[in-house]
Amino acid sequence: MIALLIRDLRLAFRAGGGFGLGLGFFLILAVLVPLGVGPDPATLGLIAPGILWVGALLACLLSLDRIFALDHEDGSLDLLATSPIPLEGVVAIKALAHWITTGLPLALAAPVLGILLNLAAPGFGVLIVSLALGTPALSMIGAFGAALTVGLKRGGLLMSLLVLPLYMPTLVFGAQAVTRAAQGLDAATPLLLLSGITAGSVALLPFAAAFALRINLR
Amino acid sequence: MELRVTELACARGGLPLIEGLSFAVGPGEALVLRGPNGSGKTTLLRTLAGLQPALDGEISCPPEQMAYAAHADGLKSTLSVRENLGFWAAIHGVSDIEPALEAMNLRDLADRQAQHLSAGQKRRLGLARLIVTGRWLWVLDEPTVSLDAASVALFAGVVRAHLATGGAALLATHIDLGLPEARVLDLGPYKAEIPADLGFGGFDGENGGAFL
Repeated sequence: MIALLIRDLRLAFRAGGGFGLGLGFFLILAVLVPLGVGPDPATLGLIAPGILWVGALLACLLSLDRIFALDHEDGSLDLLATSPIPLEGVVAIKALAHWITTGLPLALAAPVLGILLNLAAPGFGVLIVSLALGTPALSMIGAFGAALTVGLKRGGLLMSLLVLPLYMPTLVFGAQAVTRAAQGLDAATPLLLLSGITAGSVALLPFAAAFALRINLR
Repeated sequence: MELRVTELACARGGLPLIEGLSFAVGPGEALVLRGPNGSGKTTLLRTLAGLQPALDGEISCPPEQMAYAAHADGLKSTLSVRENLGFWAAIHGVSDIEPALEAMNLRDLADRQAQHLSAGQKRRLGLARLIVTGRWLWVLDEPTVSLDAASVALFAGVVRAHLATGGAALLATHIDLGLPEARVLDLGPYKAEIPADLGFGGFDGENGGAFL
């Protein structure tokens, strides 16, 4: 399993591996929003939590179809399915690799972009925490969506449509946590709900995704 | 350890291809599958490898004992030969890949990225994976595609060495591998009858009128 994680990370960091795709998108969005909305600090501060969370979510969505599609194309997925590693483990590891290359950098970069968007000072800590707690769910739900659409050519659109409704709770509670913190309110409740979604996704979705993969490999 | 297949039936995309197939492969044996394109060789091998369920019949050997190799080699173009092979070795809990590199004559290419290999070299790397799986039954779908004559002979030697150590091989191939000891199984007689109720006649059947 460690070998699979190392391979996926190595592939992501090598040329053409897609690392930085989501991060680049996130940066561009956060730089463009003040230009589009206007420089009024009050307005920017008001929409900052929502923009940052929507940006992180879309950045995650960008690289989802790579999770299984590339392995399916070159035959690795068939070979992994016949390997000693259970397919559930393959799914979990690949979602973890996706999170390390996408969600984690987003959580770390978000405070810098928070400055660009004039996020209120108390919101910064919760911004990092909420993204760190919420993005694993985005990767795991995304891996499920990718597993459902793995055999399809140009399955990206269908996958986005399948995955976006499942992303809603994470977005709502994540953005809510940052908004409340920025207003100086207690953000514990949305953060707990966010953790709950992540824990549930990580516990259940590897099994659902592995089941979908087995059907798609037939 | 023996692969015993009894009255197996399998289908591709819902269309039955093979039925009533029985055979056995024991340690030290090689079985070559023959049959025209579309006769179900790939489907049979995928069914044996556990990638798709059988319609009917029994397979005595669990997929965990088989090393499956298909048309695609499962190589990552940005990883080197050593990294590619090392990954599959690690997945199968094997640490030493040097014998496999040596056997498929890949040692000189070990540090080259897979994207810079020729088709035949990629194939050799894909076949080297079989050695590092450490599994006794090799299930091979067209293993010699894009190999030159020398590489085919090299591969035949690898298969023979595998058989000599108590392994077994099931190969779907159109060319002569140079394995005189291998038995040949023609899939022709096991072609499945397509049931009429599958409706491949489209709307020409008795229900057709309802749509007019």
